[in-house]
Amino acid sequence: MFVVVVSVALLITEHRSNHLSGLRSALSLITYPVQFIVSLPKTVTNQAISSVNSNSTLREEYNKLKQDHLITKAKLLKFEALEKENIRLRALLANSFKLGEQVLVAELLSVNLAPYEHTVLVNKGSRFGVHAQQPVMDADGIVGQVIRSTPLTSEIILITDPSHAIPVQVNRNGLRTIAVGSGQLNQLNLPFLPNNADIIPGDLLITSGLGGRFPYGYPVAVVDNFNPQSDKPFASVSATPKAQLDKTRELLIVWSDSKPVPLTENQNPEQHNTDVTE
Amino acid sequence: MSLNKPQGLGIFIFTIFVAMALKIAPFPAFFSELNPDWVLLTLIYWSITTPERTGIISAWTVGLLTDVLTGRLLGQYALAYPLAIYFCAKNHHRLRRFPLFQQGLLIFFVQFLSQLLIFWTENFHSATRFTSAFWWPVISGTLFWPIVYSILSLVRVPRKLR
Repeated sequence: MFVVVVSVALLITEHRSNHLSGLRSALSLITYPVQFIVSLPKTVTNQAISSVNSNSTLREEYNKLKQDHLITKAKLLKFEALEKENIRLRALLANSFKLGEQVLVAELLSVNLAPYEHTVLVNKGSRFGVHAQQPVMDADGIVGQVIRSTPLTSEIILITDPSHAIPVQVNRNGLRTIAVGSGQLNQLNLPFLPNNADIIPGDLLITSGLGGRFPYGYPVAVVDNFNPQSDKPFASVSATPKAQLDKTRELLIVWSDSKPVPLTENQNPEQHNTDVTE
Repeated sequence: MSLNKPQGLGIFIFTIFVAMALKIAPFPAFFSELNPDWVLLTLIYWSITTPERTGIISAWTVGLLTDVLTGRLLGQYALAYPLAIYFCAKNHHRLRRFPLFQQGLLIFFVQFLSQLLIFWTENFHSATRFTSAFWWPVISGTLFWPIVYSILSLVRVPRKLR
């Protein structure tokens, strides 16, 4: 029964603090081979498929990518000017401006950690400087955040996990709310909107930057359903995540906790920073 | 017998390794719901057949590794497995002699106990709801038990591990 005491002690210690991350990291080196082998078939098939691609397919893909590249570049032309303008305008308002983010590309390991939990495992860990609470996205939008990193892998909780909530705002009018995971990969719930909220299906939800964990302005989801419930205080609103949570294999881990840029010498950026940083 | 010991350990580690791989393998959606706890089944098998070697401590070690593997709080499986294995090792004489049906019934209860402990400790870090999903792994584990038993016997019996 000594074992039971030790286990309970471990449970409580890890729940209350993070003293055990060293132990977990050490043990994760033992379990990594299992995870590696389980995801091996998928990796091998993907490589096999890509190695037997025909010349014409590759040519087609190349042309498509070239076009995409051209379009994005053209969009970026304007972006730089807008960014400068934004900084100037914020300076007029005595507001601070956050630096751009750095990203790291991580690949999904195809393992199923626990059914009914939307957590995934990626192949980049604390060796690459990944740490808990970092936001994760793909090319289309926010995917989730890192909840735990071990030397070789890190666990990512998806925004659709029932225990995950993300602060968002409606891009059209700046209405702020919180999007909670529904447990289904294609749905988020917005449970805290009043019945007369200005929101319509098709509205884009972006990260609001409140809470300081997700950087401001990244697309999260598109509202697809708004049902006022006259007998309840809040309406029932659901949204579809922009990120392709069930399809992407490459995820971007973001470093966004950079200090706000001081705009002029005589003002303290911390004072005007509205974000709540932890 | 002393010659058998290191080999027995190797086989034990290998089977646990395979069970862990099966536990986290990405099965199609319908099966991942009823994917049984292979690690527990393997541990039960070894604790029934070689109770003097596979005891609480090995169950605890395997449980701790399973915690890390599946991203639980350290101590969830490390609490559930030893308790389940304690029950099996204590009754291994009876369990070995029981007819398949009765054995299955006990295996069902052992898995239920383990699943219940995981479910309770899960509440530590996230609110959980009691759904039918709780039962599927337990039921499918019981149904898979004869298969696991015969496959592991194929591994064990030729090597005369007792």
